[in-house]
Amino acid sequence: MEEALVDWSRAQFALTAIYHWLFVPLTLGLSFIMAIMETIYVKTGNIRWKKTTQFWMTLFGINFAIGVATGIILEFEFGTNWSNYSWFVGDIFGAPLAIEGIMAFFLESAFLAVMFFGWERVSKKFHLTATWLVALGSNLSALWILVANAWMQHPVGMSFNPDTARNEMGDFWDVLFNPTAIDKFLHTISSGYVIGSLFVIGISAWYILKNRHIKFARHSMLVGAIFGIVSSLFIVLTGDSSGHHVARTQPMKLAAMEGLYKGKEGANLVAFGVLNPDKEVHNDEEAFHFKISIPRLLSLLAERDMDAYVPGMEDLVYGNDQYNIPSTQSRMAKGQKALKALKKYNEASKAQNDSLAALHIGTFEDNYRHMGYGYFEEPEETVPPVGLTFYSFHFMVILGFYFVLLFALVIWSHLNDTLVKKRYLLKMALWSIPLGYLASILGWVVSEVGRQPWTIQDLLPVSISTSHLNAANVQFTFWLFAGIFTILLIAEVSIMTRQIKTGPN
Amino acid sequence: MRFFKDAWRLYYDGFKNMGPVGKKLWLIILIKLFIMFAILRLFFFPDVMKTEFSSDRERSEHIINEITNP
Repeated sequence: MEEALVDWSRAQFALTAIYHWLFVPLTLGLSFIMAIMETIYVKTGNIRWKKTTQFWMTLFGINFAIGVATGIILEFEFGTNWSNYSWFVGDIFGAPLAIEGIMAFFLESAFLAVMFFGWERVSKKFHLTATWLVALGSNLSALWILVANAWMQHPVGMSFNPDTARNEMGDFWDVLFNPTAIDKFLHTISSGYVIGSLFVIGISAWYILKNRHIKFARHSMLVGAIFGIVSSLFIVLTGDSSGHHVARTQPMKLAAMEGLYKGKEGANLVAFGVLNPDKEVHNDEEAFHFKISIPRLLSLLAERDMDAYVPGMEDLVYGNDQYNIPSTQSRMAKGQKALKALKKYNEASKAQNDSLAALHIGTFEDNYRHMGYGYFEEPEETVPPVGLTFYSFHFMVILGFYFVLLFALVIWSHLNDTLVKKRYLLKMALWSIPLGYLASILGWVVSEVGRQPWTIQDLLPVSISTSHLNAANVQFTFWLFAGIFTILLIAEVSIMTRQIKTGPN
Repeated sequence: MRFFKDAWRLYYDGFKNMGPVGKKLWLIILIKLFIMFAILRLFFFPDVMKTEFSSDRERSEHIINEITNP
């Protein structure tokens, strides 16, 4: 496939996904914060909490309205730019996305109306139930697309049909409870909770800095910071679990995240480092110009054993007999065998030669899990962009720990009644809103860039996944989307800013 | 029956009494959906497998050819 076409298709998908992801996490996080605030209102009967809930609900509504359906464009791109891939994954995506559509429609749309229009028409408890169901519905609808994404990272519960060239779902529950899916779902939605929390404490801090709505802002900040610190600590746990699974299912991604070229027993975790850009798997350059490491922590996180061996990129590319790690070259040979067998199986099937078809299908099935390697010419092609993966991962982690500190400081200052006086902390809270989005997008970069060159791990590389299109057409729609999404973003920010300036009254 | 009547009134009154921000947001939603489905989908994003092939058999053959002859 033409390289420019593949690159523009990837760039377009990345652009659309990143813009879409600017809207989604606030919906996920703010919906729960509103539900918590409304619960306090129903429990205490204090009208101040009702007004507080309604203010954040208005901002939620703005974000929801501007962001709604932006994800559908990703599905357009699947059908146009990624038709080979779409056909190949077929049934795996169909069921989760259909469930997502139905759930989003019934849970979000129905209860969203009660939430916005029903304050004076339904009982307090019914309204509260609707708000919680909107929060649950938003989060559950995120589950299905994340399940589909997780399947691409760790394909389970399916079988490939050599007659139709499609994957067919063998066990729905295997797909749903794929450990990668569970980790991805929990890690991703909790990043949305952190963004929601940062948004609430940041906007509230702005009110305090402007000496407006102080009581409202302090209460909002406390709820936001408590929800934020719980979510941030939960992210640490889900991140740890993700790392453990990545070590098993995508060891190359883990090695790139850590800039680990040579595997090691008792491997250190790089806390901070500057990579040597001249380092490649095939040369003897030093991997880092500078680094600060935590001894044996990578082995502990990856294998739950401080002395365990963690393979590096060189082991995965060139193999390591001592630790039974096959070389990419050997997997390339098996992949080519699978592709040849698939071709011969189809020729034999067309010629109605059943015995020959059975022979080839056996060879194909024996080598199917290496099939994607058959497309590479050099083993080094299986190494993802190390710099982007490494720095994205480390900045994300640093920001994650910074958020824990920020939420803790806000709670501490609130309890000491010094929050209003600490202008530096209020400014930190305000300027941390974009950092939340940055951390979340960096997480996606680690997940998606770190798994390159695969669209489906070990089975289908990106270069085989695209349709035969003119690269110039894809380039045109890339800029078209960039324009449309930028207009939407400007609309969101300007309507939101006006509403924030109006305030909770 | 009463449930449906109440539900209808909820939507009807809700939209009728919607504030200027709500109206603006609905306008944005409608424009966005129009651009997405009436322009982008129709002119720029055809479903390649549906438009270029008329049966699943043809689609399968095309993909087998694509993945076995890279």
